Amino acid sequence: MSYLEHNLAAVPVGFRKILALNWPILILLTAISGVGFVMLYSVAGGHTDRWAQPQMLRFFLGMIGLFVVAMVPIWFWRNMSFPAYCLAILLLIAVEFVGTTGMGAQRWIDLGFIRLQPSEVMKIALVLVLAAYYDWLPRRQISQPFWVLLPALLILCPVFLVLRQPDLGTSLLLIMGGGAIMFLAGVHWAYFATLIGSGIGLVVAVLQTRGTGWQLLKDYQYSRIDTFLNPDRDPLGAGYHITQAKIALGSGGWTGRGLMQGTQSRLNFLPEKHTDFIFTTLSEEFGFIGSISLLALYTLVVLACIASALSNKDRFSSLLTLGIGITFFLFFAVNMAMVMGLAPVVGVPLPLVSYGGSAMLILLLGFGLMQSAHVHRPRPKFK
Amino acid sequence: MKYHPNDIITSAQKLSRRTLLVGALQLGVVTALGARMRFLQVQEAERFRLLAEENRINMRLLPPARGIMFDRDGRPVAANVPNYRILLVREETEDVDQVLAQLQKLIAINPSDLEKARKELSRRSAFVPVTITENLDWNDFARVAANTPALPGLLTDVGLSRIYPQKENLAHVVGYVGPVSDYYLSRTKDSDPLLQIPRFQVGKTGVEAQMEHRLRGSAGHQRIEVNAVGRVMRELERAEGQPGGTVKLTIDSKIQNFALARMDGLSASAVVIDCETGDLLAVASSPSFDPNLFVRGISSKNYNALRDDVFGPLRAKAVQGTYAPASTFKMITALAALEDGVLSPDDTVFCPGHFEISNNRFHCWKRQGHGALNIEDSIAQSCDVFFYSISQKVGIDKISAMAQRFGLGEYHDLPLSAVSRGVTPTRAWKEKSFSQPWLLGDTVNASIGQGYVLASPLQLAIMAARLGTGRAVQPRLVQSIDDTAMPLGTGAPLDVDPEHLKVVQRAMFAVTNTKNGTAYSKRIVSPDLQMAGKTGTAQVRRITAEERLTGVIRNEDLPWEKRDHALFVDYAPYDNPKVAVAVIVEHGGGGSATAAPIARDVTLFALTGQMPELSHYPAGVKAQIKQEQEELAPKLFDWSTLDKKGQVQT
Repeated sequence: MSYLEHNLAAVPVGFRKILALNWPILILLTAISGVGFVMLYSVAGGHTDRWAQPQMLRFFLGMIGLFVVAMVPIWFWRNMSFPAYCLAILLLIAVEFVGTTGMGAQRWIDLGFIRLQPSEVMKIALVLVLAAYYDWLPRRQISQPFWVLLPALLILCPVFLVLRQPDLGTSLLLIMGGGAIMFLAGVHWAYFATLIGSGIGLVVAVLQTRGTGWQLLKDYQYSRIDTFLNPDRDPLGAGYHITQAKIALGSGGWTGRGLMQGTQSRLNFLPEKHTDFIFTTLSEEFGFIGSISLLALYTLVVLACIASALSNKDRFSSLLTLGIGITFFLFFAVNMAMVMGLAPVVGVPLPLVSYGGSAMLILLLGFGLMQSAHVHRPRPKFK
Repeated sequence: MKYHPNDIITSAQKLSRRTLLVGALQLGVVTALGARMRFLQVQEAERFRLLAEENRINMRLLPPARGIMFDRDGRPVAANVPNYRILLVREETEDVDQVLAQLQKLIAINPSDLEKARKELSRRSAFVPVTITENLDWNDFARVAANTPALPGLLTDVGLSRIYPQKENLAHVVGYVGPVSDYYLSRTKDSDPLLQIPRFQVGKTGVEAQMEHRLRGSAGHQRIEVNAVGRVMRELERAEGQPGGTVKLTIDSKIQNFALARMDGLSASAVVIDCETGDLLAVASSPSFDPNLFVRGISSKNYNALRDDVFGPLRAKAVQGTYAPASTFKMITALAALEDGVLSPDDTVFCPGHFEISNNRFHCWKRQGHGALNIEDSIAQSCDVFFYSISQKVGIDKISAMAQRFGLGEYHDLPLSAVSRGVTPTRAWKEKSFSQPWLLGDTVNASIGQGYVLASPLQLAIMAARLGTGRAVQPRLVQSIDDTAMPLGTGAPLDVDPEHLKVVQRAMFAVTNTKNGTAYSKRIVSPDLQMAGKTGTAQVRRITAEERLTGVIRNEDLPWEKRDHALFVDYAPYDNPKVAVAVIVEHGGGGSATAAPIARDVTLFALTGQMPELSHYPAGVKAQIKQEQEELAPKLFDWSTLDKKGQVQT
């Protein structure tokens, strides 16, 4: 449905918009970020100035951004979708030339006050553009090959650029996130069956071409896959991260060792303990109760997004809300699966908890869009 | 409106349906994640907690302080000093060469040490700390310690190192320690984990080796928390090891030192035994060596010099060397004959200068002969023919049996390396060893301590002590371990007729105190210190019949290694024996001329505890003795340099 059929007078204006925000989600996001601050304080050995304070500052800025974005009517953002996507593509191209190298890959553009990861921007921009596309596309054309190819290209274009960085994790997230929106928009399931089938074929191809002159992935990516498949093979070498992460998780037990009592993280056995592997520290120090609670918080955010989307009669808003939720979901699910040894180690941070420059800001801005959709959702006409 | 209403409805339905589908999928993933959490954190928690502990905690052995050794007066003879050293752990550094190069900029490292360390580094596991250099002075050590953050893998460590503060003085007794060898590890049954510590020091010779298990102590351990790169974060638990036992030797360093100094320049040995307790007061072998050289690994140049020295400084001659006891054996032959009843104290034998048996002529040292002599005179004048004669009546087996009662041919269980048993030959022994029958001539030779008879200076000193006291004095080298006293070696009275013993004692007194005695000029004149002794001159070559015709070549005209060994045994004071002494000077010529003066001086020193006063000497030699003492004084150890506090670590 579209706004044209609804009574826009029911949409709140001015400061009343604040009351109309989806507060449960805001509270959940704040709670998750709070967990992040505590963990950053802990892995820094009881210091706030190292990671926790900058993270709080970013959260504060992000929340301001979120409110600003939420106050702007959703139709403005819908009109901004395509320009945003184009900007993100330009940033991705720019990072090829002026990017800063980190962890063996070009991923950042240093803007001085912030290290911008264009791939993070693209995650939101892709959701926006796909939601706008399916809002615009006549329903009968959704499953027509040409109109399926178009959004597929919208997805694959940034995927290609991100792969060149090379960032396998983010490219997979983009494919999954974009694919999920296409599925939600109602593209015929046969496309997905074909996609999944060819995906499996690709995996086989990737593994088969290994060692030949035209192997599809870089050696370190192969070694990550190997390590994932059998981390115990080389516990001090390539499997070190996973093995140590599992030890940290497991040693937490039911209740954990207590704040700042985690030996694995405190003694530096854990890699990237303040970024991608921060969940292991949380698990070690707060045990099963702590880790399952965090998982519950994340799940509630996703469920709240679904609820908001279902109650929203605007197609763009629905798709956008679901897309943000799925992006969020993919973040934490892949990160947790990774540190628990269920997925290969791909550089995906734990949303809102991992110490990260632009990731938190972008994510909060994404939720700002989702809040805008919630605030400006069409209300039934009262007669 | 460009859409058909149905479109909108079906689309909205599809959206909600697919949303629910995706939501369900997400919940499924979340459930899987939760299940995985439960598996890792609840089910497998124990295992992972164990792994985390293993990660975090390392055990390290703490080597115990090796037991220290004192002499009987509490002077340190083996002690421990702090050893500042630098270790390298290969796995903690990426570039060993670069770290070593940087280290060399800080301190000078001996190239051979560096070569050794490199070899060790390539041989040992990557996580084992390998000693790069040790025994640094404090300044060098501090400089490296301050720079360790910039030198990954380098560790500074303070260990204990063995030191022998008296240097050469007790080298043959105390021995030395050295790094445990792979060869030793491969054949030892000793499973002490300490031996696995690289360059762990174990006793190699002497008391250090023989009492290794008392001296080593037991390992302590340290549980330490390490971080991912193995750096020690904190100590969780520390159990100090048991330090090795403190060993107090019976040796009197001053007597030992005097004996060594007195034998300076000679290849000789001297043993001083306390007649009352069996305590070995000095077990000196000259020349000696500095055992400290071996502790740090002796250079091949130094080692070859010691090994190739014809005087054999590495040999512990006093206990290891066996010599024909020569005339010092005559008391044994005499006692055997007296006890057997074939000889009475007043029987005389006529010495024409030679003795004929089975067409062989055996000569007396005095070519013109001694004439008729009784036993006392024949010992005093060391007549050979007398003993040739009586030995034929008593037979070799009884002579050897008597020798064994006086400690010859017997293994004395002392914590020293290669203690010799010597030989007291019997018919059966020769049959067994050489598959040849015992000949009468063999008995003749044995009667004057030549031929097959062999004894060490230690055994001769024991013999002298037993002759002097009539008790089976047992030698003792260790007075106490950790203040637990070892049994005395006073010994039970010997089963020998006291009258017969008295005859022999009188004869020995006559050797040094009658004008005809072979060592009259070496007598002690102070009445309360008079000694009884016996000279001995052991031939090391055969004197042929032709040589006898043309005149026996004088010792001084022979090359050193063909000259006779000079021997002397004594005990003193005569009427109340306190010490017994045996001295053997290899290729020293006549026992009276070379060995007796040394034995006399050592005896006097042992009795008086100081440089012997001239009043103890006969008037005729005082001037000569005075000069000798003046030459001797600077060779003595300067005891004021032996700082107990600085060098003894307990």
